[in-house]
Amino acid sequence: MKLIWLQSGGCGGCTLSWLGYAHGPLLEVLAEAGIELVWHPSLSAASGDEALALIEAYASGARSFDILCVEGALLRGPWLDQLPSGNFHCFGGGKPMLDWVLRLAMRARHVVAIGSCAAFGGITAAGGNPTDAAGLQHDGEIGGGVLGPYFRDAVGLPVVNVSGCPPHPDWITETLAMLAQGRLTADGLDEFGRPRFFADRLVHHGCPRNEYYEFKAGAEHPGEQGCLMENLGCKGTQAHADCNLRLWNGEGSCLRGGFPCIRCTEPEFEEPGHPFNTTPKVAGIPIGLPADMPKAWFVALAALSKSATPPRVKENATAERLRRAPSVKRSKK
Amino acid sequence: MTRRVVGPFNRVEGDLEVMLDVEGGHVAAAFVNSPLYRGFEQILEGKTPLDALVFVPRICGICSVAQSAAAARALADAAGIAPPRNGRLAANLTLAVENLADHLTHFYLFFMPDFAAAEYAGASWYAEVSAQFRAQSGKAQTEALAARARFMQAMGLLAGKWPHTLAVQPGGTTRPLTESEIFRLRRIVREFRAFLEARLFAASLETIAGLDGQTALERWRKQARAGDLRLFLQLADRLDLWSLGQSGARFLSVGAYDEGGGAFLFAPGVWHAGTVLPFAPHQVSEDVSCARYVGGKAQRPAEERTVPRYDKPGAYSWCKAPRLDGEICETGALARQLVDGQPLVSDLVACRGAGVGARVLARLLEFARVVPALERWLDACDPDGPWCMPAPLAENCLGVGFVEAARGALGHWLTVRHGLIGGYQIIAPTTWNFSPRDADGQPGALERALVGLPVPEQGTIPAVVHHVVRSFDPCMVCTVH
Ligand code: SF4
Ligand code: SF4
Repeated sequence: MKLIWLQSGGCGGCTLSWLGYAHGPLLEVLAEAGIELVWHPSLSAASGDEALALIEAYASGARSFDILCVEGALLRGPWLDQLPSGNFHCFGGGKPMLDWVLRLAMRARHVVAIGSCAAFGGITAAGGNPTDAAGLQHDGEIGGGVLGPYFRDAVGLPVVNVSGCPPHPDWITETLAMLAQGRLTADGLDEFGRPRFFADRLVHHGCPRNEYYEFKAGAEHPGEQGCLMENLGCKGTQAHADCNLRLWNGEGSCLRGGFPCIRCTEPEFEEPGHPFNTTPKVAGIPIGLPADMPKAWFVALAALSKSATPPRVKENATAERLRRAPSVKRSKK
Repeated sequence: MTRRVVGPFNRVEGDLEVMLDVEGGHVAAAFVNSPLYRGFEQILEGKTPLDALVFVPRICGICSVAQSAAAARALADAAGIAPPRNGRLAANLTLAVENLADHLTHFYLFFMPDFAAAEYAGASWYAEVSAQFRAQSGKAQTEALAARARFMQAMGLLAGKWPHTLAVQPGGTTRPLTESEIFRLRRIVREFRAFLEARLFAASLETIAGLDGQTALERWRKQARAGDLRLFLQLADRLDLWSLGQSGARFLSVGAYDEGGGAFLFAPGVWHAGTVLPFAPHQVSEDVSCARYVGGKAQRPAEERTVPRYDKPGAYSWCKAPRLDGEICETGALARQLVDGQPLVSDLVACRGAGVGARVLARLLEFARVVPALERWLDACDPDGPWCMPAPLAENCLGVGFVEAARGALGHWLTVRHGLIGGYQIIAPTTWNFSPRDADGQPGALERALVGLPVPEQGTIPAVVHHVVRSFDPCMVCTVH
């Protein structure tokens, strides 16, 4: 399958994350999956006029291709005469990137949003959204975006949202391979269009801080070992992604790196309504409940587990290194 | 005179277009356009100061740690604190891994593939160079990508993930390292060293770092049998990359890798015609006469506000025009090595000029100088010592943070008012290098470096233009944020 990749209003980090793919040489892996990169801004030889002619040929339908990947948010501003000009981002002699994306999306067999910016607007849409940024088929949580809520590709799929800021390199590679091999169906996507193979997990699953979570033993300052949910803003119990099961850059994850999950795979993560590194609470209880957890039970269990916290867990939670080791039990007396 | 628009440039980070006025087969004037605006400085206004650590890395996917580090320093400056030793070492390690990975990406993925262009097909070196460096299929590219992916695993341990980490904090790092993790990091660095010594240099890093001038370089080269550095030097001589694309600007470095006690691995300063003067931050200003923003003549970053205006008459770029005491500057590895007085780079620049050749060579030399420092910093970490300290901020305060990113000097200016961000201004390395004209009509560094290049009035743009543009390793997403 022929793949075209465009970078719209983003930071290029999705591509850079992707290049860190660790299960073999990326270009070979793609070739094996039947994917040919006909144009990618960081990897292709063609530049300038040659690149423009190539992309124009695909946009006009003179040549056909299969997968359009868009990285970065679509910038609709500034508005001129009550119309979105797209002029905050021009590509190739003053033409708005927005126009290129719309033309190519109509010709592609599948359209893939790479990263939370292309999926939902993401970080580019934060604050007052100065560039009027949106995703391909979502404007934050709301369906629509620049392609509209009814857009479907040649096989009936909506835009496939490989969200994340950035997405894990495996999420991108495996989604593309599944598309190329016809194994990604509508059932394989969740309600935000995210492939379920990574979005049907929570970041909380497999977090090394789980024991601290069980006993509500929270870290109080950056660098401490406790759970980051209680004080430091962790949203791992609500964020859909497998970050602690499929590790980042070898053996990392946000939590393993000591900082909170800011739910970067979710729409509107960029505006949580409170400072990122603090947990909003009402009467001492965090307001963001874990997914699928009834509030009364959460409150009751938290109170109970807090009173049962072993001294080891309590002490280690606010230390930068292990202070107290688990006790050793001998089975033979 | 014919005006030619060259772009979009790929194999650079972000979006770039260059307008060339061609007269008699040569570039008479060049205008650099950054055609993407995202508005981070606007987005940051009104946020909690520490939230800057979430936003600024996302300015740029290729130098996200550098952006984090500059914000962390601005916040530490505003709080009046400095991280403990371990925190300082962790910041150096994280930033150095990113910077070296960027140098690798630049050389193998962005810069060298231009020598596999069709116009060189007749050259004696073409077969060898294109087999190694052809985009997407060259052997060297494949190996470099694999080495990069393995090296970036250091980020899993140092920063949780890359890009976009929150590990770099004003008070140190959120990621204390244990003895066994330091052991694994040493392994990763060791493998990277092995790649560089086998593939890039075909020599030990110490041999390369020890070359103290052109004579030593020539002597080494005569006996060198392999390695990509040897190939590059051959190209640089054949095509005279040394004199190609000189900007004639001052060279600015804000000092790279904090060694504690006010010392840096690479010293800060401003190099001009062979002399080095101290860097005075208060001399920095930004001019928006030719940039698509409301306003005009130069202002201090701490006093600026960013208000976009797409249709401003006479404006041609989203990039602002930073100036140091009114002068244009070039920044990057070449500036760092010149300011630091590295003997080989100083000698080469004195004899052959500060052009494409020197820019690329200075970058390669940094592998040989920084990898041993990585090894030393890992040895210096103390797993039992503190890694992070609190950084409380006053309701109203100011902070400035400078960092050397891979591409050069990066500065963040933070104003806190009533506990929230009242102003945030960023000047990135490529903002210096790819600056548009200012109120006096003074062109930026690349705009000057392109003048005089042979370019026909029509037909294919020759590869030399690509060599000059890419020798700066532009990062456009940082430039305009
Ligand atoms: S730090 Fe976050 S992801 Fe980890 S256990 Fe606590 S809530 Fe779960
Ligand atoms: S842990 Fe959370 S913030 Fe971190 S990458 Fe995963 S989803 Fe994003």
